[in-house]
Amino acid sequence: MSISTGAVKAAPWNDPGARPYVQVERITKSFGDFKAVDDVSLKIYKGEIFCLLGASGCGKTTLLRMLGGFETPSSGRIFIDGEDMTGVPPYERPVNMMFQSYALFPHMNVEQNVAFGLKQDRVPKAEIAERVATMLDLVKLGSFAKRKPHQLSGGQKQRVALARSLVKRPKLLLLDEPLGALDKKLREHTQFELISLQDQLGVTFVVVTHDQEEAMTLASRIGVMNQGEIVQAGTPSEIYEFPSSKFVADFVGSVNIFEGKLIEDEPEYVRIASEELGGTIYVSHGISAAPEAAVWAAVRPEKVFMSTARPEGIDNVVRGAVQDIAYLGDLSIYLVKLSTGKVVRVTQPNTSRHAEAITWDQQVYLTWDPSSPVVVTR
Amino acid sequence: MNYRRSYFIVTCIAFGFAFLYVPILSMVVFSFNASKLVTVWDSANSPTLKWYYSLLHNEEILDAAWISLKVGVINASGSVILGTLAGFGLARFTKFRGRFTLNAMTTAPLVMPEVITGLSLLLLFVALEQTIGWPAGRGITTMTIGHMTFSMAYVTVVVQSRLASFDSALEEAAMDLGARPLKVFFVITLPIIFPAILSGWLLAFTLSWDDLVISSFTSGPGSSTLPMVVFSKVRLGVSPEINVLATLTISVVTLMIVGVSFWMARASRLERAAA
Amino acid sequence: MKTTSRLQRFGITGRGLVVALPYLWLLLFFVVPFVIVLKISFSDIDLAIPPYKPLFEWLGKNSLAIKLNFDNYAFLFTDSLYLNALLNSIKVAFISTLLCLLIGYPMAYGIARSKPSTRNILLLLVILPFWTSLLLRVYAWIGLLKANGVINNLLIWFGTIHEPLTLLYTPFAMYVGIVYSYLPFMILPLYANLEKMDWTLLEAAEDLGCRPYQAFYKITLPLSRNGMLAGSMLVFIPAVGEFVIPALLGGPNALMIGRVLWDEFFSNRAWPVASAVAILLLAILVPFMMWYQSVQARESAGAR
Repeated sequence: MSISTGAVKAAPWNDPGARPYVQVERITKSFGDFKAVDDVSLKIYKGEIFCLLGASGCGKTTLLRMLGGFETPSSGRIFIDGEDMTGVPPYERPVNMMFQSYALFPHMNVEQNVAFGLKQDRVPKAEIAERVATMLDLVKLGSFAKRKPHQLSGGQKQRVALARSLVKRPKLLLLDEPLGALDKKLREHTQFELISLQDQLGVTFVVVTHDQEEAMTLASRIGVMNQGEIVQAGTPSEIYEFPSSKFVADFVGSVNIFEGKLIEDEPEYVRIASEELGGTIYVSHGISAAPEAAVWAAVRPEKVFMSTARPEGIDNVVRGAVQDIAYLGDLSIYLVKLSTGKVVRVTQPNTSRHAEAITWDQQVYLTWDPSSPVVVTR
Repeated sequence: MNYRRSYFIVTCIAFGFAFLYVPILSMVVFSFNASKLVTVWDSANSPTLKWYYSLLHNEEILDAAWISLKVGVINASGSVILGTLAGFGLARFTKFRGRFTLNAMTTAPLVMPEVITGLSLLLLFVALEQTIGWPAGRGITTMTIGHMTFSMAYVTVVVQSRLASFDSALEEAAMDLGARPLKVFFVITLPIIFPAILSGWLLAFTLSWDDLVISSFTSGPGSSTLPMVVFSKVRLGVSPEINVLATLTISVVTLMIVGVSFWMARASRLERAAA
Repeated sequence: MKTTSRLQRFGITGRGLVVALPYLWLLLFFVVPFVIVLKISFSDIDLAIPPYKPLFEWLGKNSLAIKLNFDNYAFLFTDSLYLNALLNSIKVAFISTLLCLLIGYPMAYGIARSKPSTRNILLLLVILPFWTSLLLRVYAWIGLLKANGVINNLLIWFGTIHEPLTLLYTPFAMYVGIVYSYLPFMILPLYANLEKMDWTLLEAAEDLGCRPYQAFYKITLPLSRNGMLAGSMLVFIPAVGEFVIPALLGGPNALMIGRVLWDEFFSNRAWPVASAVAILLLAILVPFMMWYQSVQARESAGAR
């Protein structure tokens, strides 16, 4: 889950009167017949870390590049801090980008790299020196000022790239897969560093990533993209707990999806009959759907309880055999095959070191709280 | 990678390089031979430096060398400018009017037989002289123009392939930080591809220095280049002074190439040490 | 905000200016000359300077006479000298290309498979002759092949032969010269192609039961096709029109079209005929040049 930054604790996206800092209005980008970005509209607020999350080819990088001025939209407009920036070239935008490959100038040292942007703005030399030094200290690279890029490690290069783009105090910082090239431990460490840096400087971030864990950790809000469209935008918990479609439910984290038909539809609850499940699902909140509509109930693996004894109740209970177990140290993943043939994924934390372990082929009962399923209609 | 050594391959390589180098080495050896017959070793008087002395006082050859040098430098410098522009355009601009033509025009000279290029250039100069009065007769100017036309094709290929492996994110990053495209080219792109441009310059210079056919077609009275003089001598058979010339040329080229390699290896060693 | 827009109104863009200079230069000094060659190939020879009659003639106010003299081409086709020279040139170039391929492929392969440190030295050794004058290197062979040259002297010294062999001024000498001069042009594109090859493919093939030689024929050879084609074109096309090597090593009987063109132009001062020869040669070579272009385009498309 994300750590909400100070600037966005107020959740301005819920406030209809708040003015968006970046407004993307019906942006489309076509390459020939192919629509890389299809009629996307977005509001991003000052101080946010907004993550564009999606698989490769979904259009997230194209959208980012349009924000940076490296691609011109085929139609639509982009406003940054109230000004229409559509079609403005990158060197005239108050936006800076941190490239996936870092793009550090190999023939300049760290100091010169970071100072480059300030030189283009004709900032006086003394001020450049001061701001560069401050920024390098902030990213903890003060003693590396005279080194050349090829003498730096991957993590150090990334911090130089970050320093270089932040030293100009841009209104918007774009980050293209910032943590992709780092190994796992470094990635976690850098995630928290990025958040703290952003909090200190108050810059608005837009991050592109295909790694949902990264998005969940960094973002104040996530925009899930698929085939050029934003299919859902919301806070990480909204996206995870209240996905608006099968796609989002399946894309972020793992999920069990049961197809079924609405048999009872009341304002406070619904009941779904699912052949896949071989039973009924009782959900303790109302949904808006047509009567007798085909719906899908999504239940997260960590919300499924597994036991050898049969639980009470008729709804939300099903029986199966343990088909596979994956032991991950902190938790275990169980794949349970139901009599209908459907395989359900269950995760349980290994809370005890000497648990009476559930083993392969064991008959188990699965159940979940009525508030756990999310019902989606598409 | 498994570096399996195949005896067949090693033998082929050995013979191949022997084939390439035995003639060169024989020229060098016989440049010290006192006999005028060059290849009949005169053990009584050899080895000797008398042909070296004779060559370095040969007015005809020295004048021709000077002309070749002038043409070579102007040609190389001009070709580098034209070739870099063309190479940059072809590598960076994916679509523009005339791209196909420009691409064809920069690759055709690489394979075109020189007699055709030479003939066509001469006929052009004659026709120009008739219609607009310039160039007035053939000479160094027309030769240089002719050399530049085919040299720039080579420079284009070198620059274009260097730019293809150049991370365009570097140029985008510079623009993102506020530099306009022209500034990006001079401050970012050019310094990074400079070694390629330098090798393009050297390539163009060498092509011009060694060129015979195009020079013969486009030169005029009093503007004979070194290869033209060598050719007229060599048509009649062997000449010990030519052996000396060959030895000197090979020595200079070898020293240059070895020197450059050492310099580059040293530079990268220093950089690694500083890390 | 937009400083480029003022110029853009005149249709001048920054990009346009960049490519305009080389484009115009090549148009004027490379393409236009060919048009002129075409034009002159249709004109009459004249005892004047320049030695051809003009093509266009203004007769009075509104009439323009264009004299196209097809005699030059007719001459080429009736006099067997030219056709023989052309066919011989193609034959020589073709055989030389094959020889370069046979010698050059193992070398390129060996260099591509060697350790990076050795590889650089070997590449340097291949490129070094390329930087030294072609003329001088061909001259070296004169010294080696002539009657009292190095090869004959060595053979006599070893007692293998008693009379010197006629090596110089023969077709053999010419082949040696062409292969010798063009070998680097075959090795370098082949090397560039082989160097990019994924050698684990061969390991996969052997893992699946292929012997090393089979793996070579079935995997390496087909994948190096583009390199072979590029190298072959770089040898074949210029070799057809080669002049220097036949002139120095071939002797009077080595009939090559490049030499014919040169002689027509310089010795006979028959500019129209020489132009016709050039056009004919171009017509034959242009398809090969276009093939080379398409091979290069395929190679770079595959690399992307």
